[in-house]
Amino acid sequence: MAQAQKQKHAADTRPWRDPNAIPFVRIEAVSKRFPNGVLAVDQVSLDIYKGELFCLLGGSGSGKSTLLRMLAGFEAPTGGKILIDGEDMAGVAPYNRPVNMMFQSYALFPHMSVEANIAYGLKRDGMAANDIRSRVEELLNLVHLPGYEKRKPGQLSGGQRQRVALARSLAKKPKLLLLDEPLGALDKKLRERTQYELVKIQEQTGVTFIVVTHDQEEAMSLATRIGVMDTGIIAQIGEPNEIYEFPNSRYVAGFIGNVNMFEGVVTEDEPDHVRIRCAETVNDILVPHGVSCAPDQTLWYAIRPEKLQISRERPEGDANFAYGLVDEVVYLGDLSVYYIVLESGMRIQATKPNIDRWDEENIRWDEHIYVTWEGAAGAVLTS
Amino acid sequence: MKRSPVLKIATVLGFLFLYAPIVSLVVFSFNENRLVTVWSGFSLKWYGELFQNDQLVGAAILSLQIAAVSATLALVLGTLASVALVRFRRFRGKTLMIGMVSAPLVMPDVIIGLSLLLLFVSMEQLIGWPAGRGTLTVIIAHATFGMAYVTVVVQSRLSDLDISLEEAAQDLGATPARVFFDITLPIISPALVSGWLLSFTLSLDDLVIASFVNGPGSSTLPMVIFSKIRRGVSPDVNALATIIIGLAAIGVLIAMLIALRQGKPRRTA
Repeated sequence: MAQAQKQKHAADTRPWRDPNAIPFVRIEAVSKRFPNGVLAVDQVSLDIYKGELFCLLGGSGSGKSTLLRMLAGFEAPTGGKILIDGEDMAGVAPYNRPVNMMFQSYALFPHMSVEANIAYGLKRDGMAANDIRSRVEELLNLVHLPGYEKRKPGQLSGGQRQRVALARSLAKKPKLLLLDEPLGALDKKLRERTQYELVKIQEQTGVTFIVVTHDQEEAMSLATRIGVMDTGIIAQIGEPNEIYEFPNSRYVAGFIGNVNMFEGVVTEDEPDHVRIRCAETVNDILVPHGVSCAPDQTLWYAIRPEKLQISRERPEGDANFAYGLVDEVVYLGDLSVYYIVLESGMRIQATKPNIDRWDEENIRWDEHIYVTWEGAAGAVLTS
Repeated sequence: MKRSPVLKIATVLGFLFLYAPIVSLVVFSFNENRLVTVWSGFSLKWYGELFQNDQLVGAAILSLQIAAVSATLALVLGTLASVALVRFRRFRGKTLMIGMVSAPLVMPDVIIGLSLLLLFVSMEQLIGWPAGRGTLTVIIAHATFGMAYVTVVVQSRLSDLDISLEEAAQDLGATPARVFFDITLPIISPALVSGWLLSFTLSLDDLVIASFVNGPGSSTLPMVIFSKIRRGVSPDVNALATIIIGLAAIGVLIAMLIALRQGKPRRTA
């Protein structure tokens, strides 16, 4: 019984896993070509569900901000369709959309008080003055800034301005909130705290969030799902752990986290395993599952540094290890990063958590060691 | 830090160069003597004479009226022009317009005056408006070159304005017209004030263009003073100048106070 309830709950919070769920935001083959000929967004299709905190992740020029601005209505798509809550947004002006946006620069009106800033959207809706006052108070409580009504934006710190901007964008109870690099202007400590609060506020209000960010850590910790964008297309959509553990391309694997990438050729292609000959590891890579590929096809084996083990002893078997020299050890406190130069000359990195406070036996700089891994620990990539 | 005495001397000389003529004018306005350059004692009699002189007082009032109306006209037109130049993405002839708008800044007054005179004359022949030269043509002429100054001042302020402020207001439900009055205008208001004051003073100051386009009964103050001087300087002009300087100083002071009060919170923003 408890098991069944738990499963039901899990299904409720991940509607994208339910094939019958109706998406809240539908982006259908949307393109944007600017008048100067630049194709910023190229045939992007994306479904976002109610209550999601979806992150669009990508470097500068990946088209993520253009996509966000099309959702807000500041740019018109040159192709495709955008549906929000079933309604086609083509030709709907920004001021008529059920969408609000939090700007990267916060865009607080400098000549208005905090109260007037938050109330601005409510006044446009013709809300009564009394209701506005209580709504502003409620929002300032939500963002932990009670009593700041009369301040001007110029008298606030960066973190406080960020909260006011968030409160202002939530004031009209939008169905969809767009956030453009919401934490970009904050320092590291403040960003971590605010990240947590942002998720909490999202859960409290139940508003669907679409966040644009270039910071992969931010995306990983905030998002229910991440869409990785690269030069105008969506490279991969998935939950944070899917994107990290099962990247579908070298671009995604390299963009999120650190990765060691081995290039090789398929020598054995069986339904239950694949053997890859790789000059960089010298020994073969043996993957204990089938991979759809052609014989003699070039493949890439991507493995994260924390999935590599290092030891002084030669492992058994003829695959999934490499021999090399420790070139550098970087101590980070919680873990140490080993940079290892393999026989082939390739430089890889492996991390090891520092479980003991002091270990005389630790592998050090300039030692010859073996690097080993589980065959299933890495991702086989074909593009 | 020790300052070089050369710097001090240069500063004093600079101020002397700028203000010595004005100070001498103010001092001589209190001169009792009929001859402007001969000091014979303190007196306020020229101030009294001044207010008896209907021609001077009338010209001063007319000049102030022309300046106020033409500056307001210039402000509206110049603001519209700078919005078109900064905010409209691209339109046919934008580069030409940028050049044309600032042309009056560099064109000699004589040419502006002459060309406007020719325009007014041919317009009168063709469409019968404006009928004859007079106050109206002076106002139009002053608004024309005042607009160029307003455009330059407002344009720079407007391009500094973060466009996401306007987008944010739209996003919160304000129509573009609403955004202009709620967000854009208040933020660029210091530029509007200085643009208006600039074209007001330029209009008050102008002799050449007004001489071309004015008609009977619309002599501005600079024109009256200039014609009086040709018949010898009379001390009541000094008194009038002193009053104008006093008013201008008060105006500048007020403008500075406004800018200071608005500037403070913005600097930290």
